[in-house]
Amino acid sequence: MLTYTLRRLMLAIPTLLVISLVIFLLVDLAPGSPMSEIPLTVPPDVRLKMIAAMGADQPVFVRYILWLRQFFWVEPAGLFNSWFGTHFAEGQQRILSWQSRSPVFTVIGQRIPQTLTVIGTAYLVGILIALPIGIYSAYRQYSVFDQLGTLFAMIGFSVPTFFSGTLLIIIFAVWLGWFPTKYDTMMSVTDWPSFVKQIRQMTLPVMTLGLANAATISRYMRSSMLENMGADYVRTARAKGMPERVVVLKHVLRNSLIPVVTVIALGIPSIFGGAIITENLFGVNGIGAALILAIHANDLPMVQTLAFIFAVLIVLFNLLADVLYGFLDPRIRYD
Amino acid sequence: MKLRSALLGAAAVMALGQVAHADRGSDGDLKLTFPQAVSIMNPYLSNGTKDIFGSSLTLEGLAGIDDQGNLIPKLVAEIPTVENGGVSADLTTITWKLLPDLKWSDGSPVTADDAVFTAAYCMDPAGGCAQLSKYDGVKSVEAVDPSTIKITFTGPKPYPYTAFVGALSPILQKAQFAACSGAAAPTCTDANSMPIGTGPFKVTAFTVNDTVAFEANPNYRDAAKPAFATAVIKGGGDAESSARAVMETGEFDYAWNTQIPPDSQKSMEAAGKGVFVVAFGTLVERIEMNVTDPSPDLAEGERSTAAHPHPILSDIKVRQALSMAIDRAILVDVGYGAGGKPTCNVIPAPDAWASDNTGCIAQDIEGAKKLLDEAGWVAGADGIREKDGKKLHILYQSTVNPVRQDFQALIKDWWTSIGVDVELKAIDPSVFFGGDAGSPDTFQKFYADVEMYANNSDSIDPEAYLAQYQCSHAPSPANQWQGDNINRFCDAAYDAAFKVLQGTTDVAKRQEIAKKLNDMVTKDSMIVVPLVHRGTLSAHSNTLAGVKINAWDSEMWNIADWTRVK
Repeated sequence: MLTYTLRRLMLAIPTLLVISLVIFLLVDLAPGSPMSEIPLTVPPDVRLKMIAAMGADQPVFVRYILWLRQFFWVEPAGLFNSWFGTHFAEGQQRILSWQSRSPVFTVIGQRIPQTLTVIGTAYLVGILIALPIGIYSAYRQYSVFDQLGTLFAMIGFSVPTFFSGTLLIIIFAVWLGWFPTKYDTMMSVTDWPSFVKQIRQMTLPVMTLGLANAATISRYMRSSMLENMGADYVRTARAKGMPERVVVLKHVLRNSLIPVVTVIALGIPSIFGGAIITENLFGVNGIGAALILAIHANDLPMVQTLAFIFAVLIVLFNLLADVLYGFLDPRIRYD
Repeated sequence: MKLRSALLGAAAVMALGQVAHADRGSDGDLKLTFPQAVSIMNPYLSNGTKDIFGSSLTLEGLAGIDDQGNLIPKLVAEIPTVENGGVSADLTTITWKLLPDLKWSDGSPVTADDAVFTAAYCMDPAGGCAQLSKYDGVKSVEAVDPSTIKITFTGPKPYPYTAFVGALSPILQKAQFAACSGAAAPTCTDANSMPIGTGPFKVTAFTVNDTVAFEANPNYRDAAKPAFATAVIKGGGDAESSARAVMETGEFDYAWNTQIPPDSQKSMEAAGKGVFVVAFGTLVERIEMNVTDPSPDLAEGERSTAAHPHPILSDIKVRQALSMAIDRAILVDVGYGAGGKPTCNVIPAPDAWASDNTGCIAQDIEGAKKLLDEAGWVAGADGIREKDGKKLHILYQSTVNPVRQDFQALIKDWWTSIGVDVELKAIDPSVFFGGDAGSPDTFQKFYADVEMYANNSDSIDPEAYLAQYQCSHAPSPANQWQGDNINRFCDAAYDAAFKVLQGTTDVAKRQEIAKKLNDMVTKDSMIVVPLVHRGTLSAHSNTLAGVKINAWDSEMWNIADWTRVK
């Protein structure tokens, strides 16, 4: 198992390098330029000077090599310095956003907490809603509850978040006035009233995303349960006279969870990736909102760095899901 | 509890009612929202209006511009003029005198050295300063004494109020930015996100592309202002959600740039929590006519260059007919509502500079048909006009934008009704405005017959703006397509009149020449077909008083005077 994990990790390095090159070229070769953000009132010669000051006029491979160096040496060294007070790679240029001229990793550091709280909570809420629905729907297949569960999943799947989010805003913020529509990112939770305020402002984005997440996971849970319900060991358990609760929740559920856990693990990178539409809609300053802003502004260093971080996370969580699978199901061994 | 606090509040209001003006910080928290979040608080490193407006709460120029377009002193006692001796008689120097005892928000004194440093900071060739054009023609900036700043120009400067005037060209604190000149400018993240200023508010917290938090500047020059103790600018979302947060839910006091469809404007106003206000600057949505041939049959490097006149649009009658067929009032109703009005000028404001040209407002389909007949274009069997076996076919391009696509569809209908075959094209704005010399789709290359976008003058005096229609400014392969004379308009009379404008110092005469130049490219030639004079639509809550929307400076130019309605 350990050798398998190590081998996979080693293999990830060339994979990620290729991914980084592809991302870099894709983003770079896409039409558009940071020049388009400069208003027409700025004379052409001033525009050219601004572009040169950003380093945006350098050839793509020069920028790629520079970015690799910054990503794998300057940035980690900076992090190491801040932890241990050392002085590696000091004074060297960090990856700077073209739009805000601030280091890309500072921006990411500011935004990760919001994304993890809001999107992470939504994911958790989604799982907590989905599992009971999936289990009970499978246990009472074709019952009214199952039909309702299917309807719920259908809605969650097919209604895009820009629609469900706006609908929630109009109902709960404009008509009823219960929740705010804009997320206050400066607020820190210090006491009970501020905690309540935080919960209130998180409610709408979390419900919007939770609905979408729950839909997917509940379907996986249901089908996995159904597969196991008819298995021989279930009949054996029942024949032994075990109570129904133990049969379903101990025997069937445990075995059914194996593929569902994999699905959940594979979905975790998307938490870090944020939710572009939902974050934008509610003004949550997460990673997704940063990405879309950067794309709009042709802020290439930001887009490239974020896209690459997502790639790293996806590779890592794929590996984690594989390892977890072997751990949950002793029949699976990679050696 | 609620009743009690309400009563207490009422008692407090009555007690305060005795005081004529609110004290500094007595009105609590001011909440602003921008659909585009503030990225950086240093306007010398950004052209984004969001960044310029955000920084205007903290950074100030020596003078500002009020809502009527007049100069107002900010850090100085009076505006230098030739009459008061502040501007030299030969118009080559201007001398500003700082107010006594002026302090930065950190308590240190503001001196002429700060201004000298600011000019050097922006004019550093390695810095990529976004407001370099504000220092155009500046030969030197010197500190005559700690409170006197003297700017010398390379030649006579009839309008010397560019450097250090308005939100685009504020004074930076030398002590804070000393290590940030030239190539180091973007690396000074702390200074760029939390600059020390002289304005009514100082920055207390900044998160990139999200929120800026402020508190009242304890050293602001007017001890009674600002009325608000704290302010916050929350960014992100879109125009619709910003407008909603002020007009429907009342979460915010002020929303900048809430340009939403006219029907949404009405329904939001009906909620009764706020009002929309419009600032009309010089932004004009227009159709530009290409007077050179963009035909793909020509070799690359020959297309859309002065070597090949346009086979259709070189005829003024065709250009006039195309303009006459458009109903600008309908365009305004469909696209902008309160945020726009029909116009026939490229310089639509301020009034003193705008020509009284309204001839294009009334639509005249019959007149347009007659002009095309006169020009020799006669209707063929399919209703499309022809001349010498060539169809009257026009490629009409613009950027991807819902309002522009509505405009394209409407205008296509009108042009089709006069017998013109119209092909529409929409290009991603980042490509269209991207200026990439390798792309065929930039607005400068203009590989189309007509194109539509908006442009404006960034100062009240339009000299720099009018410079673009000179022959020498035409984009061509020779200058990597970087010119700003998009139409490739070339008229010796225009160039001569522009030279006269450059040499004229009398304001009334300048206005007269500017109007003439405006008419030369619009009603006299129809090279530019202005459509809509666009304003910036913003929204403010009914509980906020003192807002005077301003198109010539930051919309928050008088934020020190804003108060809470009690």
